[in-house]
Amino acid sequence: MNTGNEARVDLRYALERADFSLDIDLQVPMRGITGIFGESGSGKTTVLRCVAGLERPSLGKLVVDGEVWQDQAANVSLAIHERRIGYVFQEPRLFWHLNVRRNLEYGLRRTRARQNGFEFDQIVDLLGLDKLLHRAPAELSGGEAQRVAIARALLRAPRLMLMDEPLAALDRTRKDEIMPFLDRLHAQLSVPILYVSHNIEEVCRLCDHLVVMEGGRVLAAGEIQSVLVRLDLPLLAGEDAGSVIRCTVKGYDAEYELTQLGFSGGMFVVPGRFGELGAELRVRIRANDVSLCRDRPRHSTILNIIPATVERIQPIEGPLVMVRLLAGSDRLTARITRRSCDELDLKKGDEVLVQIKAVAVR
Amino acid sequence: MFGIDALNFPGSGPLWLSVQLAGITTVVLVIVGTPLAWWLAHTSTRWKTVIETTVALPIVLPPTVMGFYLLILLGPYGAIGRWWVEVTGETLTFSFSGLVIASCFYSLPFAVQPLQNAFEALDRRNLEAAWTLGATPVDAFFSVAVPQSARGFLNAIVLSFAHTLGEFGVVLMVGGNIPGKTRVISIAIYDQVEMLNYANAHRLSVILLVFAFLTLLVMFIVNRRWQNR
Repeated sequence: MNTGNEARVDLRYALERADFSLDIDLQVPMRGITGIFGESGSGKTTVLRCVAGLERPSLGKLVVDGEVWQDQAANVSLAIHERRIGYVFQEPRLFWHLNVRRNLEYGLRRTRARQNGFEFDQIVDLLGLDKLLHRAPAELSGGEAQRVAIARALLRAPRLMLMDEPLAALDRTRKDEIMPFLDRLHAQLSVPILYVSHNIEEVCRLCDHLVVMEGGRVLAAGEIQSVLVRLDLPLLAGEDAGSVIRCTVKGYDAEYELTQLGFSGGMFVVPGRFGELGAELRVRIRANDVSLCRDRPRHSTILNIIPATVERIQPIEGPLVMVRLLAGSDRLTARITRRSCDELDLKKGDEVLVQIKAVAVR
Repeated sequence: MFGIDALNFPGSGPLWLSVQLAGITTVVLVIVGTPLAWWLAHTSTRWKTVIETTVALPIVLPPTVMGFYLLILLGPYGAIGRWWVEVTGETLTFSFSGLVIASCFYSLPFAVQPLQNAFEALDRRNLEAAWTLGATPVDAFFSVAVPQSARGFLNAIVLSFAHTLGEFGVVLMVGGNIPGKTRVISIAIYDQVEMLNYANAHRLSVILLVFAFLTLLVMFIVNRRWQNR
């Protein structure tokens, strides 16, 4: 990632296992949420475990905002308990012999340096735990337990949060229960997060930056908007392919109950009311919901029709192609049939109209 | 010997000596057995099985055999006994200290095995969580591993204590029968029976019988309650 001189995490790890090898060299900004995306077995979790000190890599270098946490060449490696990290595992891993309050206090008490630490009450409030403090972990639902685990990690006053698919073990309802808390975390706390996930929806909703991994290697890394529209990554060209665009709320049509969202390439209109005037938010547009036409359709139920330029056409498996489009300075992708592509005679540089069936506001 | 009148019946001396011996032995075994059990639960050395077998030996070894070897080992010409004489100027055999050392060998498996089982059943993921929350390995051991192995500790303490309390053969071989020094309750019972003093033998035996029953009962109840949580 091109992060210039701003605070960042440098990680370089190599590790050999019987059936797996990891070899990465990565820079991640010390702000926002960085998604580490890949299929299971791609090494995402191993990267987090290396950062935490839970794995012994054959080669390891970790510099967090200028502080060397690990440099095996120089025989430097902070012990696990010396690394100021908040680790949220896939399963909550609450201590069953302690109640919720004592679980939360566990890391708090063991963190002497309280700089950029959060107040107990602030975190309890943020994650909505005030009614659970006296419960035993066994008396919590899966979603509640994971919220406690997140709060416990935050109270460690971490320089870096590591979250390993914290929602993977939860069903749809529980996920939806936790998501708003993660959004609040993102909006209200400045702690950077490395967020491992194999779910592109989750990544698109939460992450500012994206690292794509496969077979223990990094395939792509950068701002999420630009990584998502790279067409050379089969991992990102599936059913769930799509793009993310930052928008500003421009207005609200009270009669039709539609919010207008401005972006560099024009305006999206989305049903429902989102944010105050001038609020920044982002939308996700699935490549499957995008269709292209040469002429402006005269009668259409589709609200969002935006002029754009074809930037690249990439055949993917079978009957489909991915098309990357430039609208203003934002990019989006369309997943269309090869036949449509030929019938419209699409070529790089063509001006087209992009019809978007659904714009999902985060 | 403690000056409490109510407990000053014939045989109270040996009873208290037994309780002292069992208490001290249990404390020593928890201190020594815990690191040994932790190491056995986590090591991958190929000697593990051999060491486990050695620790378990007192369960099946006849107490007289064990007592015989301990007598040699602790005697003034034995490896431990000679060193003890050099350091303290006293002999280990036929002394209370000698009994404590002998009992520690004799009851070792009863402390180590429950602890090792408890440590092996620990969820390592809980320890990882503790480390990432800033706990040193020692801190995590005491704040997470020990409380989560409470059942193992209870079993180790109860079994070591009860097993040492009833010890006979090893004591007779190593400690003999010196009133106030090595005459423990099981030997006192044997004495009373030899002297055909059945009333006293009964009194002491019933105390041991009730004690054994109650400790096991409490242990089973506590274990069951723990299982249900």
